[in-house]
Amino acid sequence: MADNIIEVKHLKKYFPIKSGPLGKRKGTVKAVDDVSFTIKKGTTMGLVGESGCGKSTTGRTILRLLDKTEGEVLFYEKEVHSLHKKELRELRTKMQIIFQDPYSSLSPRLPVGEIIGEAVKEHNLVPKDKYEEHLNRIMLSCGLQVYHKDRYPHEFSGGQRQRICIARALALNPEFIVCDEPVSALDVSIQAQIINLLEDLQAEYGLTYLFISHDLSVVEHICDTVGVMYLGGLVEMGSTEDIFSNPLHPYTKALFSAIPVPDPLAKLNRIVLKGNIPSPANPPKGCKFHTRCRECMEICKTKAPNEKNMGNGHMVSCHLYDK
Amino acid sequence: MAIFIKNGAKDANYISAKESRRISKENRKITNGYEKKRNRKVIPKAEYVTKMKNPNNVVEFDNLHTYFFSDVGVVKSVNGVSFDIPKGKTVGVVGESGCGKSVTSLSLMQLVQRPQGQVVEGAIRFNTGNEVVDVTKMPTAKMQKLRGNKLSMIFQEPMTSLNPVFRIGLQVDEVIALHYPQMNKEDIKKRTIEMLELVGIANSEGVYKMYPHELSGGMRQRVMIAMGLACDPELIIADEPTTALDVTIQAQILDLLRDLKVRINSSIMLITHDLGVIAEMADYVVVMYAGRIVEKGTVAEIFSNPCHPYTIGLMNSKPAVGKKVGRLYSIPGKVPNPINMPDYCYFKDRCEMCLEVCAGIYPELVQLSPTHFVSCYRHYDIFREEDKG
Ligand SMILES: Nc1ncnc2c1ncn2[C@@H]1O[C@H](COP(=O)(O)OP(=O)(O)OP(=O)(O)O)[C@@H](O)[C@H]1O
Ligand SMILES: Nc1ncnc2c1ncn2[C@@H]1O[C@H](COP(=O)(O)OP(=O)(O)O)[C@@H](O)[C@H]1O
Ligand code: SF4
Ligand code: SF4
Ligand SMILES: [Mg+2]
Ligand SMILES: [Mg+2]
Repeated sequence: MADNIIEVKHLKKYFPIKSGPLGKRKGTVKAVDDVSFTIKKGTTMGLVGESGCGKSTTGRTILRLLDKTEGEVLFYEKEVHSLHKKELRELRTKMQIIFQDPYSSLSPRLPVGEIIGEAVKEHNLVPKDKYEEHLNRIMLSCGLQVYHKDRYPHEFSGGQRQRICIARALALNPEFIVCDEPVSALDVSIQAQIINLLEDLQAEYGLTYLFISHDLSVVEHICDTVGVMYLGGLVEMGSTEDIFSNPLHPYTKALFSAIPVPDPLAKLNRIVLKGNIPSPANPPKGCKFHTRCRECMEICKTKAPNEKNMGNGHMVSCHLYDK
Repeated sequence: MAIFIKNGAKDANYISAKESRRISKENRKITNGYEKKRNRKVIPKAEYVTKMKNPNNVVEFDNLHTYFFSDVGVVKSVNGVSFDIPKGKTVGVVGESGCGKSVTSLSLMQLVQRPQGQVVEGAIRFNTGNEVVDVTKMPTAKMQKLRGNKLSMIFQEPMTSLNPVFRIGLQVDEVIALHYPQMNKEDIKKRTIEMLELVGIANSEGVYKMYPHELSGGMRQRVMIAMGLACDPELIIADEPTTALDVTIQAQILDLLRDLKVRINSSIMLITHDLGVIAEMADYVVVMYAGRIVEKGTVAEIFSNPCHPYTIGLMNSKPAVGKKVGRLYSIPGKVPNPINMPDYCYFKDRCEMCLEVCAGIYPELVQLSPTHFVSCYRHYDIFREEDKG
């Protein structure tokens, strides 16, 4: 399908656990364990789930910042992990990432103009005589002023630093950006500015986003499709409308009911998940969620559920929907 | 935003080295004065024993001013804050980062970083159950006893408040031993296990022997709460207790706090920037902006009838699940430089509902109901009329 910019097929990423830096291999963390999804060009896919469930690892493996263990990652139908050096270099500009922490991801010793333009020069993306113009245009569209070029990161607030990070990514004319918790570290009022900026840039440049967040209200606002992860796997996936108005998987339901609602009159009708997330080094047998699921059945303890399409691309992996 | 950058950068943020030395010398003179007063050998009881304005309150903040005397100038982190914490109630404090929420709570515990941080004016009355004291004037040694005994604290990042090299059990034991010096070792351990169970740690015997890094964030936060409750506090101060946690774990911790509050009948001062958490937990809400309270009231008043333009902006800028909007509202501009506060309404430069009078002095708090107060000219009777007409 030509309108898919990203296709992920049965992607796995395992990390070895070693005892000490030179020690023997003690086991494996299955950080991403058989994940498949596609993202249409110009849309935003959200990835939600508890800490440690593999969201960031998925994002990084797609960008080949981490090597995959198994499966495929296709960018415009090309396998990202088998590109040669030169092709990879080219790809690096097309796929970008924005991190949660705008403080540590900016070099403190470079002026902002250098930070934003460094990779543009390195990749010779624009002719020399167009460079300043390009930089100015990017900075302005990210809500920065041209005279900010000579300032250093520490002179900026958290929200402005996140704008610098976004400008740095945008300067390379990317088509796909992984946003890994881009607003989690910011105040509510600043969050709104950055979310609006990301939406404006998407409209202006036709960008595609993979938006990782644990804030479900932000995900509902910005995403077209949503995938819900638990212990390295996608348990439910579909359009934002379907997922939010009709969540099917018991984990999705629990996750949604845990969100505090800013309305004191709202009835608390909460499914409180007992216990903590099991370790991904030693996930439960059968359905990985069965140790915390209140609808757990006998079959769930031994047999992992298959993914089922409930219509309109709404996918769920749970025995409750076995026919 | 552009306006801020233009006059903010050159004028306020940069000062010469010479100027900085002068300020720092002057600061030392001021803070030495405060320190001398605090470090007197004998502080007569009459100086700090006082009376509550309303006996139903556990804490009364009364015109509190806490300043930091820094090398670039005086930061008025808390600049005239007054509110009450009634017995058995939860008071939520909200506001953007840097607005003074934490400094307010640190002032109550006498944990403001000294000598540069000082309470320069006002009182914090605390009803310990036996007597009422003004915390700001309490001798340091006496305060230490009060802290953790009648007051307990839960912080955002439980990892930094637990010692990584000691087992969990030992750390909780230590707190209990401090409060119950007469207890023997066995009883202390029994009590620790009890506390761990109380906060919902299933494998309490196992956790007793574990190190902090072996626990998840949610479990570490539970341990912190267990330590906080080892005594029977009159007040629990929770500063962003769930900010670092997943929503599912946050839900567990909030349930736990609600449940414990009823069981040990204490009050909670809950600091957070999450309006959802406030709506769910609080009985009363205090909204802070740039070191001052801009609005306070019952949780119903604040959420159904927010009156200060800042409160309204805050509510609108957060997307809510199930309420889809085209574009998020974002409050323009940013918080003014804390060293160079204007003498008019601190929110004026960002306010989209500004009136002509707003250029005048900082607006006083106006009372809208027995419990609802707002500091904004729009709610002055005379201007309200004008506004309607
Ligand atoms: N370099 C690594 N070596 C070993 N294990 C790793 C490594 N990176 C990640 N993991 C493990 O993989 C799992 C998934 O991690 P990941 O960072 O993808 O989670 P996440 O969903 O992004 O969580 P968060 O919401 O906390 O950011 C975790 O158990 C983590 O501990
Ligand atoms: N130790 C300190 N020295 C100087 N300034 C401080 C110190 N602690 C806090 N401040 C300042 O006091 C103000 C309020 O901070 P704080 O109460 O921590 O905010 P928050 O509302 O985010 O909890 C901020 O401007 C902060 O920079
Ligand atoms: S498969 Fe069974 S255990 Fe897993 S989510 Fe569905 S009902 Fe729960
Ligand atoms: S006093 Fe005026 S400027 Fe300040 S918040 Fe009210 S309307 Fe806005
Ligand atoms: Mg992550
Ligand atoms: Mg704080």
